[in-house]
Amino acid sequence: MLVLRGGLVIDPAHELETQADVVLEEGRVVAVEPSFDAPADATVRDVSGCWLVPGLIDLRTHLREPGQEYKEDLASGLAAAAAGGFGAVCAMPGTSPVNDTRAVTDLIVSRARALGGVRVWPFAAITKGLAGRELTEMHELREAGAVGVTDDLHPVTDAGLLRRALEYARTFDLVVMQHCEEPNLARGAQMHEGVHSTRLGLSGWPREAEEAAVARDVRVAELTGAHLHVAHVSSRGAVALIRDAKARGVRVTADVTPHHLTFTDEAVLGYDTMAKVLPPLREASDRDALREGLEDGTLDCIATDHAPHTALEKDCEFDAAAVGMTGLELALPMVCALVEAGVLSRRRAIAALTTGPAGVLGKTSSVRGGDALTVVDPAHGWTVRPEALRSKSHNTPLLGREVRGAARMTFVEGRLVFDREAEAAPDPHSPPEARA
Amino acid sequence: MPAFRHAHLLDIASLDREDVLHILDTGEAFFGVSRRPVRKVPTLRGKTVINLFYEASTRTRTSFEIAGKRLSADMVNMSVSTSSVKKGESLYDTCKTLEAMHPDVVVIRHASSGAAAYVASKLDCGVINAGDGMHAHPSQALLDAFTIRRHRGTLEGLKVAICGDVAHSRVARSNCRLLRLFGCDVHIAGPRTLVPPHFAEAFDVEVHDSLAPALEGADVVMCLRIQRERLGEALLPSLREYSRVFGVGPKQLAMAKEDAIVMHPGPMNRGVEIDPAVADGPQSVVLDQVEAGVAVRMALLYLLAGEAGAAPEAA
Repeated sequence: MLVLRGGLVIDPAHELETQADVVLEEGRVVAVEPSFDAPADATVRDVSGCWLVPGLIDLRTHLREPGQEYKEDLASGLAAAAAGGFGAVCAMPGTSPVNDTRAVTDLIVSRARALGGVRVWPFAAITKGLAGRELTEMHELREAGAVGVTDDLHPVTDAGLLRRALEYARTFDLVVMQHCEEPNLARGAQMHEGVHSTRLGLSGWPREAEEAAVARDVRVAELTGAHLHVAHVSSRGAVALIRDAKARGVRVTADVTPHHLTFTDEAVLGYDTMAKVLPPLREASDRDALREGLEDGTLDCIATDHAPHTALEKDCEFDAAAVGMTGLELALPMVCALVEAGVLSRRRAIAALTTGPAGVLGKTSSVRGGDALTVVDPAHGWTVRPEALRSKSHNTPLLGREVRGAARMTFVEGRLVFDREAEAAPDPHSPPEARA
Repeated sequence: MPAFRHAHLLDIASLDREDVLHILDTGEAFFGVSRRPVRKVPTLRGKTVINLFYEASTRTRTSFEIAGKRLSADMVNMSVSTSSVKKGESLYDTCKTLEAMHPDVVVIRHASSGAAAYVASKLDCGVINAGDGMHAHPSQALLDAFTIRRHRGTLEGLKVAICGDVAHSRVARSNCRLLRLFGCDVHIAGPRTLVPPHFAEAFDVEVHDSLAPALEGADVVMCLRIQRERLGEALLPSLREYSRVFGVGPKQLAMAKEDAIVMHPGPMNRGVEIDPAVADGPQSVVLDQVEAGVAVRMALLYLLAGEAGAAPEAA
């Protein structure tokens, strides 16, 4: 028996936020009590000051395996996820080969299962090869374990095909996730189009390239009654479009990344390739609208969009640099900073990392009776150094910075997959030590 | 003369008025060298300058080469079409390779905005940006300022019209920055496809949809080159229509001050953005710009590679 004593239990599914002791047996929560009388043989850990929350869920993670293991693989990516407090991550299908067939889904699911740590819930492709022409065999992909479909960073731009994809996915109750971009308005784009892109001489991605696509995709979703998920919303207009669509009753959900909630296009000044992401970091008014949208529930969840790249892919001219930043281990410090600054309520922040993404996937998430638990230490200060990160890649603008907030323990399906005190995750092949 | 306080020349944004005047005054000191019977001084003897050009360029590369040679520097031209990029070498590796050769100054032109700053962050020597993407072309803005100051006597408070494709122009960006440092009233005229929506705010200039309000009472008229590839990008329907609306001919020039000067960074499309009668007319200072280019680039090489404290005249 393990007793986590004195923490703040935040269980959004039960609208619970209370100081309590959490009792685990075989790594699973069996009791949440204001003051638990621990038997003599119980292991008691003092977690005062910590938040005990359901295992975090990341809706958008690029794990790079198969095919790009030099950037990340399932072992390193899932170790990073565990250290970041995630109990489950949704793997994006833009691997090599693309996850558009049962064989690839099987591979990812079985490899992840063998690792035995953080769970992987793969998204499969909407179209074969992400090419935007033929639909994938969604029924079979679902049977293999796919939780949804997306063409990753390739938007389905053909409205007719999008309609068919939504209709077909609806048949099998799969969510369709879209990266919303009108590519003809974002040709050659390197960053948000605005004063800074004009000064830097970099081609811009106007917010309207995102908003035109959101407006259209939401209408097509409305036509089909299917569930559309808008990935990584970055513009204020897109937030407004999603708010309107939800008010009309359209089945639309949306996520936002920690970096879009934190940074603006000023992060690119000096041609900092670490700040090159898709969609781009926009202006303060966009960032504020995203914060407001997350707080009022227009945006359902926070997703990291963890996109690992090697140092070489970022240490180059700006327009040659890869897009994306890592996020699994930085989501908590970034979100904790927003809570600390009063920008985001603690309740919404935690819901956006737990019940929010679970709801998008049609799953549940809770401390009591849940299958994953994360102990968050919001005050834990650390420096973002390569040695401090489990991910193979370190492409983040936070590199070198002091941050506060980290996972202290992560339990997944009865196993302690991360324990900061033990300074390393236990070997997933050894028997779980948490079975106290 | 005080030492130049910058290790590199990457853009105009990192300079202040004093820096600009320092460069222009140093250029004045070198200006006469090119008109002497023996056009060479020993100032940079034993110094190595590498011209690293990733984009085709005749004018700028030659101008830097002559500037370096007239200062007795050893000039090496690396045109990358004949070199490493074809072999797939990264800019990072090229920088490291160059560094091992111990140059004193690297002059770089590259198609990517920010490339010069990237190179400067990797190299231990002075770096001069000879044009990076759409971002900056500071030596061009400095030679333009040098030319304007010679003809108008000052840079302060002039009305300057910049006509044409500012969207893709590093020359326009650097000129706007420099001219605004001196309180010039900068007016842009061009079709909206070639003037980005945020340009006015980004550079604190006025934008017009026609030539007249830009040209009226102008002290300086700058024409920018229209590149033919813009036609394929649906930015312009035809050069014919462009020249009818935005081409600067004698009639248009008459709207400017009587003694206004006409500038063009070259190479010119005669009959498109500039009428031959204007290009070759008495108000044209296009060739003065070319001559100023050598003097200003001598100044830049001297300031970045020269011995601190040694006056250029001592050469």
